[in-house]
Amino acid sequence: MSGYLEGVLVLLAINVVYAYAAFLPIAAGQLNLGVAGFAAVGGYASAYLSTTLALSPLIAIPLGGVAAGLVGLGVAVPVLRTRGIYLALATFALGEIVRASILNLEVVGGAAGYPVTAFIRLPTIAMFALGVTVLVWLLFATRFGIAITAVHDDERVADLMGLDVRAFQVAAFTLGSVIAGIGGGLYAHHFSYIEAQYFSISLSISIVLYVLFGGTQSVIGPLLGAAVFTLLPELLRGSAQWRYVLFAAILIVVMVIRPQGLITGAQIRRLLGLRSSASQKERAA
Amino acid sequence: MSATDPILTLDNVSKHFGGLAVVENLSFAVRRGACTGLIGPNGAGKTTVFNLITGVYPIDTGRIVLDGVDIAKIPSRRRIHHGVARNFQNIRLMPHLSTLENVLVGQHCRNGGLFGVLQPVSLVPGNRWREEARAALEEAGLAAYERATVGSLPYGLQKRIELVRALMAKPRLLLLDEPAAGLNPAETDALRERITAICRDRGITLLVVEHDMHFVGALCADVIVLNFGRKIAEGTPEHVREDALVREAYLGADAMEPRYAS
Repeated sequence: MSGYLEGVLVLLAINVVYAYAAFLPIAAGQLNLGVAGFAAVGGYASAYLSTTLALSPLIAIPLGGVAAGLVGLGVAVPVLRTRGIYLALATFALGEIVRASILNLEVVGGAAGYPVTAFIRLPTIAMFALGVTVLVWLLFATRFGIAITAVHDDERVADLMGLDVRAFQVAAFTLGSVIAGIGGGLYAHHFSYIEAQYFSISLSISIVLYVLFGGTQSVIGPLLGAAVFTLLPELLRGSAQWRYVLFAAILIVVMVIRPQGLITGAQIRRLLGLRSSASQKERAA
Repeated sequence: MSATDPILTLDNVSKHFGGLAVVENLSFAVRRGACTGLIGPNGAGKTTVFNLITGVYPIDTGRIVLDGVDIAKIPSRRRIHHGVARNFQNIRLMPHLSTLENVLVGQHCRNGGLFGVLQPVSLVPGNRWREEARAALEEAGLAAYERATVGSLPYGLQKRIELVRALMAKPRLLLLDEPAAGLNPAETDALRERITAICRDRGITLLVVEHDMHFVGALCADVIVLNFGRKIAEGTPEHVREDALVREAYLGADAMEPRYAS
């Protein structure tokens, strides 16, 4: 496989992981603009574990996810008291706090960045991305996925139906943090070097865009959004100077035509419905 | 009310929004197994009473006793576990979920533990909970819409789905807020028969807010009349129909004809 292709696929896999990190809270009705902050916690924690304790990245990366999840759980309770634009701002501030803290943390290199000795390649990263994808898809085949959407659609009624709205919101936010942490760990161990600047607000915004672009109502949306955001700029390489202008223009046009994202839950059900009604007809015949 | 064996008792319940008393010293009892109608002009506080019983708003004073338990002290989320389920005046289904998934939400109070939440209801063929939900939709004649996204369905269907969802909680007390609103006469009759059959077969007590007096008269044995957050009359439908205060509340003073909102 060419280095270029492997590079693109690595980015794709990491972006898919990031997209699911943002998707979980969005599916529960929370816009998390601090995904990069949780990715930073996971990236730095796993890099520290694999570098200083010589842990295998296969263990260090999930542990980095756990570290990010603990931070997520810790802040979820106060942060999720805010909603809408205030929640977005609070999570944005959170991400910036993490970034600023790392800049001042000499043990992981501070502003100079942190070299990571352990190295992982595409197969490992793809395996993690697949694992995260399967996990989220399975989760949305359970009552948890239905409950998350119910909480997103109508908190009041969800509460009256006996759903613990706050618990589901905290669970979605925390689980999203774990996944963001895993994404950060994958990034750190592939690029052999991390610095605080990478985990900036623009990373968080890009990740949220993957989900909004792909569609927030189904588990396919984040996958699709991450794929478009990773692959489309590559396909536009023909016009080196203008490709990001073109890319942005395409995004704007798509969002104007389909503000609900590329794919919606209703569309998927319609596709599945067609298939099942077709098979029913076959059985009847 | 001197109901023997009441399932629900409101005891001096008051609720103020700022300086406005929306429910004032309200006391009534709902007979177990019966169907009780809660009627009154617009703004009388009928829906507020439902919201107080289910905990949408906390009460200011009084007690709401369901089968011996003062549920006013219980968080709204836990009240459905005590057997009280409801629908909503303006349909409130989850628009992004399918019909089947909405009905699955109705089961949550019976299967909402960690194990229940992580059960793959929509993956394993023949999952008990999904089959139960499908059977309920089948019984209600809604099987064809199982996979449809609820937000795209017409009003009448959504109303029927909401009733199925409320029943999935297996309530002892069902609160229906204007179940016949927006339905044509044939649909209203069908609904009344269905509600009567369901409540009789499953031993559900019904408290219903409704404007349609014919509907209330045919469905309910007891009627409670509210006006400005106070109880102004109660008794059989025939009894309250003749009540002077009720006639005044509906039609103003000096009303000549005993007619009501239709």
